[in-house]
Amino acid sequence: MPIEVLMPALSPTMEKGNLAKWLKKEGDAVKSGDVIAEIETDKATMEVEAVDEGTLGQILVPEGTADVAVNTPIATILTDGESSSSTKNTKSAKSAPPAKKSETPEPKSASAPAAPAQQSMSDPDLSAGTEMVTMTMREALRDAMAEEMRRDETVFVMGEEVAEYQGAYKVTQGLLQEFGPKRVIDTPITEHGFAGLGVGAALGGLKPIVEFMTFNFAMQAIDQIVNSAAKTLYMSGGQMGCSIVFRGPNGPAARVGAQHSQDYSAWYSHIPGLKVIAPSTAADAKGLLKAAIRDPNPIIFLENEILYGQSFPVPKLDDFVLPIGKARVARAGSHVTIIAWSMGMTYALKAAEELAKEGIEAEVIDLRTLKPMDSDTFIASVRKTGRAVTVEEGWQQNGVGAEIAARIMEQAFDYLDAPVARVSGKEVPMPYAANLEKLALPSVAEVVEAAKSVCYR
Amino acid sequence: MALAKTNAKANAETPAKIPDFSKEQDLASYRDMLLIRRFEEKAGQMYGMGLIGGFCHLYIGQEAVVVGMQMALKKGDQVITGYRDHGHMLACGMDPKGVMAELTGRRGGYSKGKGGSMHMFSVETGFYGGHGIVGAQVPLGTGLAFTNTYRGNKNVCLTYFGDGAANQGQVYEAFNMAELWKLPVVYVIENNRYAMGTSITRASAQVDLSRRGLSFNIQGEQVDGMDVRAVKAAGEKAVTWCREGNGPYILEMMTYRYRGHSMSDPAKYRTREEVEDVRAHHDPIEQVRHRILEKKFTNEDQLKKIDAEVRERVNQASEFATHDPEPDASELWTDVVR
Ligand SMILES: Cc1ncc(C[n+]2csc(CCOP(=O)(O)OP(=O)(O)O)c2C)c(N)n1
Ligand SMILES: [Mg+2]
Repeated sequence: MPIEVLMPALSPTMEKGNLAKWLKKEGDAVKSGDVIAEIETDKATMEVEAVDEGTLGQILVPEGTADVAVNTPIATILTDGESSSSTKNTKSAKSAPPAKKSETPEPKSASAPAAPAQQSMSDPDLSAGTEMVTMTMREALRDAMAEEMRRDETVFVMGEEVAEYQGAYKVTQGLLQEFGPKRVIDTPITEHGFAGLGVGAALGGLKPIVEFMTFNFAMQAIDQIVNSAAKTLYMSGGQMGCSIVFRGPNGPAARVGAQHSQDYSAWYSHIPGLKVIAPSTAADAKGLLKAAIRDPNPIIFLENEILYGQSFPVPKLDDFVLPIGKARVARAGSHVTIIAWSMGMTYALKAAEELAKEGIEAEVIDLRTLKPMDSDTFIASVRKTGRAVTVEEGWQQNGVGAEIAARIMEQAFDYLDAPVARVSGKEVPMPYAANLEKLALPSVAEVVEAAKSVCYR
Repeated sequence: MALAKTNAKANAETPAKIPDFSKEQDLASYRDMLLIRRFEEKAGQMYGMGLIGGFCHLYIGQEAVVVGMQMALKKGDQVITGYRDHGHMLACGMDPKGVMAELTGRRGGYSKGKGGSMHMFSVETGFYGGHGIVGAQVPLGTGLAFTNTYRGNKNVCLTYFGDGAANQGQVYEAFNMAELWKLPVVYVIENNRYAMGTSITRASAQVDLSRRGLSFNIQGEQVDGMDVRAVKAAGEKAVTWCREGNGPYILEMMTYRYRGHSMSDPAKYRTREEVEDVRAHHDPIEQVRHRILEKKFTNEDQLKKIDAEVRERVNQASEFATHDPEPDASELWTDVVR
């Protein structure tokens, strides 16, 4: 029985083409790899190679025929008595049937199924007598890493100056002394390379903590973070994940100019497959970094240089771990909801104090995790207050505040008494001059003003 | 070594005489290479029928590289490559059915139909992908080698990439760390002379890619990548070097792809004669076939039988990949995070 040669699709979009030329005649011997015809597509002239061995039997579509549909039989090849089982798929009894339909099943429904609901969780209950110790954000982060490294041999830290220099911002202080150079690794200045190496180590089953000296430099590595770390679990059908933490200072620092002062909250929280954490207190930093290291997914842990030296009470517990994806009500109030995270919380809390003096009680919500975003907490608050202000150091267009505002519009529209207001960094590269830098950043006064305006005060 | 000579400067080292294969090795490599060849031909055909979508990069012509290298590995070693990955997966021992079903985007594919031709993984056979960004697998493979050092096992990671990928900056970032930390990684550069439509001479200031590690003190050599025996011999040398804790090693495989870069490539940047010449005089499978018959390891009839068995396996894979259902719609949301 002859084997049919079908009009091939030669690009992802090709539906038909012209049969320009036959390079073999009926009766010619052909073997796999021989060019038998030329086909013109909308893009180019392509060669059709034989896959089977035999003799060109019949030419079904003469040269010069235009608009031959993909999958139309164009010729037959006669084989030299090969076993029939090996070729039966491609054989067909008819000599020139119309183009075959692809056997891809039609999708039953065009619309996507609903996204799964986020599960709710809560912070661990601290018993009344829990002792609190005062420590800086820097110390809390270091303790979180040290505790997890004691607990799990596969956790290691790598980055520029993390070991012998004790960290560019001294966050890894003492880790080399305790864990040695095998687990606290100074890298060359090679962000793309060591981010990729870290992801490879995670694919191999280790749990790297990759420190970026600051997130500004992680732009060199963003391909490995997005394309390799975030997508592999999905692309492997759940077979291969990547448990890794990328951490370091993010957001505007002081007087370092445009290339060293940028907030990446919106960049990373755009990416499915990543979790993004941005704490504002030492307790949250400790509990969430420990959770991040244990989490089986790639985590972006955004710290803040200006907060490193600030002190906060931290529960003195052997194993203080907080849930990822849970916001925290930092201050209760009933008139307006202010939503912030990381450094934005500094402006928000100070603004709330100012507002209280004028009789406006602001509820301040610290998102803590940007992805997955805990909308439930701020939606519940906005349904109560009817007014909302977002605060971020990043730029406004496509910012996290824009996302929060959209969710409020979708889920609390009927409760709103005023449009959501956004306080953000100004849309300019960060200027160096002290006065301009101040103007480019959000301020307590701007938050106060925004809160008042949504309260029509 | 005719192919190796096409490069401007051959490595100073003259390659040692290539050791002969035993009957078993010749027959096994013949079968393994043929499986890749037939699988790829079938994939090309299925692409033509619209069953495989998007990009589909065939490995036809380069079979000796992965088959020879695989003969130098032991269990626990890792393999990682780019998007021209079907041959690597089959060489690692992955099931042709699962690979083909991934190409057709069906639920029985290695990634449940969510990865496609360029993105497949199999932890149990040591295959770590399947990566679509040119060069990205190089730091990743270096990281896999890092896990071996960290765990103190003697495993080695083979990190494959192309002549085009060799111009990516991250390759050199990885080279530097690999040598600095003496990581057990063999960088296997598959120099098939073209990166899409750009020939190596139009893209590379130094076309002898085996020398690309020299400024990091990484040794390398050019290998006739069309001769599976030469590949295996070089592979064993490099893998042993790594296993013994000497750090990375570079093997530049002089090879050739017969088909276009991907299915939609008309390949107008080279002549038909160039392709025909390699096919006629250097084909990796024909070389073994010739040897087998010459040494009377077996006869034509037995080879035909092997051929038929391989075709049957490939047909079963394509049958499965054609009739296996697409993933359930609920799979849209699974495996984003865990
Ligand atoms: C970073 C990046 N740039 C461009 C591409 C598009 N692209 C895919 S393959 C390819 C050529 C690579 O050639 P080579 O490394 O020689 O591998 P070969 O295809 O020959 O196996 C290009 C440019 C890509 N996938 N990733
Ligand atoms: Mg190439």
